[in-house]
Parts: sequence; structure tokens; C-alpha cells
Amino acid sequence: MSNTVLFAILLLAPLIGFLFNGLRWKSHNAYLAGTVATVAAGISFLCSVVLVSKLFGEGAVPAVSAKFYEWMAIGGFNVTAGFVIDHISAIMVLVVTGVGTLIHLFSIGYMSHDERPSKYFAYLNLFLFNMLLLILGENLLLMFVGWEGVGLCSYLLIGFWFSDSEKAAAGMKAFITNRIGDAGFLLGIFTIFFLFGTVNFQEIIGRVSGVPDLTWTGPVTLACLFLFIGATGKSAQIPLYVWLPDAMAGPTPVSALIHAATMVTAGVYMICRLNPLFLMAPNVLNVIAIIGAATAVMAATIGLTQWDIKKVLAYSTVSQLGYMFLACGVGAFGAAMFHLMTHAFFKALMFLGSGSVIHAMEGEQDIRKMGHLKKYLPITHATFFIGWVAIIGMPPFAGFFSKDEILWKAFTSPHGHILLWLAGVIGAVCTAFYMTRLMALTFWGKSRVPESVHPHESPPSMSIPLIILAVLSVVGGWIGIPHALGAILPGHPGNWLEHWLHGVILEPAAHGAHPSATLELALMGVSVSLAALSALLAYNFYVTNPERPAQFVSKIRGLYELVYNKYFVDEFYFARIINPLIDASKGMWAYIDVNFIDKTTYAVSDVVRGMGSAAKSFQNGNLQQYAMYIALGVAVTMFLILR
Amino acid sequence: MPILDGALKVGLDHYLYLSAVLFVLGMIGVMMRRNVVVILMCIELMLNAVNISFVAFSRYAENVNGQVMVFFVMTIAAAEAAVGLALAVTVFKKFREVNIRFFEHLKG
Repeated sequence: MSNTVLFAILLLAPLIGFLFNGLRWKSHNAYLAGTVATVAAGISFLCSVVLVSKLFGEGAVPAVSAKFYEWMAIGGFNVTAGFVIDHISAIMVLVVTGVGTLIHLFSIGYMSHDERPSKYFAYLNLFLFNMLLLILGENLLLMFVGWEGVGLCSYLLIGFWFSDSEKAAAGMKAFITNRIGDAGFLLGIFTIFFLFGTVNFQEIIGRVSGVPDLTWTGPVTLACLFLFIGATGKSAQIPLYVWLPDAMAGPTPVSALIHAATMVTAGVYMICRLNPLFLMAPNVLNVIAIIGAATAVMAATIGLTQWDIKKVLAYSTVSQLGYMFLACGVGAFGAAMFHLMTHAFFKALMFLGSGSVIHAMEGEQDIRKMGHLKKYLPITHATFFIGWVAIIGMPPFAGFFSKDEILWKAFTSPHGHILLWLAGVIGAVCTAFYMTRLMALTFWGKSRVPESVHPHESPPSMSIPLIILAVLSVVGGWIGIPHALGAILPGHPGNWLEHWLHGVILEPAAHGAHPSATLELALMGVSVSLAALSALLAYNFYVTNPERPAQFVSKIRGLYELVYNKYFVDEFYFARIINPLIDASKGMWAYIDVNFIDKTTYAVSDVVRGMGSAAKSFQNGNLQQYAMYIALGVAVTMFLILR
Repeated sequence: MPILDGALKVGLDHYLYLSAVLFVLGMIGVMMRRNVVVILMCIELMLNAVNISFVAFSRYAENVNGQVMVFFVMTIAAAEAAVGLALAVTVFKKFREVNIRFFEHLKG
């Protein structure tokens, strides 16, 4: 089949699934709806596998693309509805369709008792379609269409159980926060068009000059800054991260798909896509690195204190996204893509695992009411365990390779700094602690499950995706084994990912001596052993001596309250931004709208009405009056002529 | 005939004065009266005022064209009276009165 046909099937399969389920949204048949949606996602996955395979082996091409039609042509501004799979989008499209298919499959079991399964699967397919637009679009405008589309689907799915007003509010919070970022993204697109006269990725990258923009207000810096604002909204970075923890109000598979594996990584993907442009704006790179590192640490510390299983994972996601931005900020775009991929595997696994736990616990999400679940949920426990070792960065699991790649680049890159590395290590230590705490409170220790709840293992449609994702969480990191480690391993495996991304992802120009392999191994050892110690400490806290955390917390009560309440960021936003804005809007309404704009329009309408009523009396249907006008007219004309 | 010699001599301008007076009387009637039949009569009056001036000019200019025109005007006036009276009868049937204000109800 030709590329165009494959691309068409790849994109249209989820759309058809959406239409199928969307048109029969009242149906309660979860199995039919789920099967159609899963098959649609699976077809997309197969098509993307076929398309990506053309990038491999003999006769490999650097990119496969298809142009469908010219979307708009305004003077010299041409936008084509064209799609492309190159070495960057290949990773993303495989992750999105692959993990997406697994999560669709998982959803069949999870949503089987829901009232509106067709609607749910319709939204899920629509999300997949928009995500594919975002990934595959060959220009920024198509990406923006997908960007908005996934935001809409995210809103619809967070507020899926909208009869609960708290959940509906969480959906709105996500949507509005994203809109702020989207405005930045749009400004970035405008600036890019102003700069390069095009929005096509290939042409933008071709027209990037080789001279870095060292100012703060130069056009390249501004463009990158605006795009980064867009990324902070979609990818939940400081200051716009607040929506993501609340987004956990949605069904758990949605949290896994949209709010962990795919949509929230769109910002990272967009920056990697435009990496030659960002490399020309070193100031923005520094901002990205600092914000990424700060987010990684801040979210990880909040994660230490949360009691809701999904909230812990949500803050973990924010923290891991911070790592990806840290990588982007130090110019290690390859490491960012790597971590994006491995994170998609293990975080989707953990979210689905938590979904399996919540399903087993009949909707309970508080980890204080769990404990010793490994007895009831052996498969979930085993897979969650793998996700746990992967996220805390133990070799040879996936998270180790990608996280250490980021830490190493933060240490050695010309845009890096030892403080960034230190922040990354602190984040890793916190991650190890809260993840072990989550494991311990959920699966280990003594059972605190209420008498009325009888946990049960989930059906195969839910455990199969868990197992596949667990396997990927183990092997997913092996495509990017660092050279220093590969050299001492048997068989000397090379860094396949680096080779794959070579040419499409540029490295910042290095200066000074090449860092030694010994240093790399030493840093690796430091971060891994610190994380392991932290995990052991957490094990000691929550399994061996369960009374200890409370004692410890009572010593640092103030700090604990601060972190437990998420640093009062939401309260701060309400007090300083949202409420003043509402008050200002009310003031505008009362004074400017009612007193000025309304009154002006009333005055204008009164004048018009007055003139109209004067003119109306000439047209009253009274024949004799008309006759009089004629006579008057004749008289006046006669007077003028005969004067 | 010299019986009234030195008395009134009727010329063109006398006819025109008469015509103008009749015309204005008719016009005032059209504008002022409420009864449709009277209005129609006033219109006849205006038309015949014009006819007088036609005939006067015709005699004065020794040209028969004006008198021919008068025949046309009389024909049209007859037709107009027929239409107007038909309307008046219709209005009378509906409202039991032939007041001009009822013609406002004919619109739309």
C-alpha cells in the first residue's frame, strides 16, 4: 500500500471509531463499544508500525510523508494538510498508538460497569485522532489543531463523571489552564511565521540561522519563549502545572493515557521537534532547564505527602515531565525523547495498575485504607513492582537508562550546571521515597482494608495490558545504553537510540575536554545508590516500623503542612490572580459595560428611533395627506419656476 | 351684437381664472372632505377645470387639438369614476359608510 493510503488509515481509523461510538452514544454495551474502539486503535498501531518500518534497513528513507490537500493559501502563506513520520515522530507515534491500544483494551474491563461506555470510548478515540494530528502534522498549524483537540478531549474525559461538581470543576480547571498555555503557543506560531515566513517544520529548521540569539528580546528568543509557555500549559510545568493533579478526577485509564503517557508529553515533543531553533536561544534553554528542575523537585516533594494513590502518581508525572524539560533545557533533546518513551511505559503501567487496585477496592483511592494487597492482586502487584523499580531508576530497568542519561547531560552539557544535576538527584531521591511509600502502603505491610471490601484480581482484558507494559518497562531502556556502560557490558551493546536520532536531533556544540567514562559511571553509581538508600529508608518507615512516619512528621509539623497542602499554590493563585480577575471583571461589568457601553448604545438607538418616528408620520396611509403633499410639492415647484 | 357694448368683454384670461378657481376648489375638496363620493365629485371638478382651460386655449389658438384632448379626458374621467365608485360601494358594503379613513384598511 502506498504511504498516502497508510497515513489515511492511520488517521481515520480512530476517527471512524469515534463516529461509530459517538453516533450510538446512548448504548450501554461496553463490550461492543470497547472492541470497536480498541480495534480502531490497533489498526492505527499496525499502520504506524508498517510506516515506521520503512525507516529501517535496506533502502531506508529519512522520513515518510503524505500530503492530502492544500489547506490554505493566502498570498505567500501556504499550509498543506500533510503528515510526516521521521525519526522523532516515529518514537512518538509508536508510543501513542501502542500504549493507546493497550489502554483502550484495559478500559473495556474498567468501564464495563459504567453508565455511558460508548461516550467514553468515543472520546478516547477522538483523543487518539487528535493526538495523531499533533504528532504527525508537518507544520505548526496542524500541530496546533491537534493540540487544541487533545485539550478538548482531556476536558471531556476529566469531567466524564460530570454529575460530581468537583470533577466537572477539575475539567474546567484543566481546560482554562491549558488555554493560557495555548495562547502562548499561538503567539509562538505567529512569531515563527514572522521570522521565517513559514510554519512548516522542515522549512523552519532549514531557515534557522547558525548564530545563537544571545539577547532576551530577540525574535528567536521570543519565539522559543512563547512556544515554551505553550509547553508549560500542556505539559504541566511551573507555573501552569496545577491542573494535572486535579485531572485525576477522570477515569483512571484516561489518567494513564492522556495525563501520563501521551498528551502531557506533547510539550516535550514540540520542543524536540524544533530543537535546532531552541538551540539558537540559549537564554530560553536556561529558563527551560531551571523550570524543569524546579518542577521535578517541587512535584516530587509534594508526592511524598499525598494519600490518594492517583495523586501520588500525578505528582510523580509532573516531576518526571520536569526531568524531560530539564533534558531539553540542557540541550539533551535525545535524552528527553528517551525519557518520554520509557516514562510512557512505566507510568502508563503504574496508572493502569492503580486502576486495577481501585477497581479491586471498589472505588477506594486512599492508600491508608489499603495494605497487603499483594495477596489478592498478584498480577497487579508483580507488574506494579516492575513499574516501581523502573521509575526509581534501578538498573537494568527502563527508567534507569533514561533518567541517568538526563542527569549525565545535566552535569556535562555546555548548557548544564552542577546545580541542575543536584536538583535532578534530589528529585530522584524523592521519587524513590514516595514510590516505595506507595508500594509499601498499597501492597505490603499489614492489611488496613475495610471489612466490607473484598479485593479481587482484575479480568484478563485488564491484566494483559499490564503484563505487556511491564515487559516494555524492563526492556524499553535497552535501546539507549550509554557508551560508558556499554563498554563494560558483555557484548558491548551500543547506544542505538543515539544513532537513530543522529541528524534529526542536534547536540549543543561542546567545548573543553571530553568527559571521561569513569566520571559517568561514578555519577551513575552516586544517583543509583542514593535512590536505593532512599527506597530502603522508605521501606523501613512504612513496612518495618509503621509508627515512625507519624513521629517524624510531628517533629517537622510546619514543613509537612506546607508540603502536604501543595505549597499553597492553588490558594495563592486564587488570592492573587483568579479572585482579583473576577473582581475586576465584575467591576468592568458594573461600571464600564452597564454605565458606559450600554448607555451609549441606548442613546444611539433613541436618536435613531426619534428620527424614525418623525419620518414614520409621512407614511401613515392617509390618502388625503398624500394628496396634500402632492399639492404642496406642485405649489412649491410652480413658485420656483414662475418666480 | 352691440347691445352690451362697452360692458364686460370675455377674453381668454377670464376662462383661465375660472379654470384655476374651479381646480383649486376641487383640490381643496379632495384634501378636506371625508366622504368618498364627494371626493370623487371633486376630482371630476378638477378634471373639468382643466377641460375648460383646454377649450379656451383651443379657441384662442384656433387649433382643434385642445378640444380633441378634452374628449380623451372625459373618457378617462368616466373610467376613473367607474373604478372609484366601485371601490366606494365595496367599502360601503363592508363598513356601512363611505368615509375615506376606511381605505387605510385596504392595505396588506
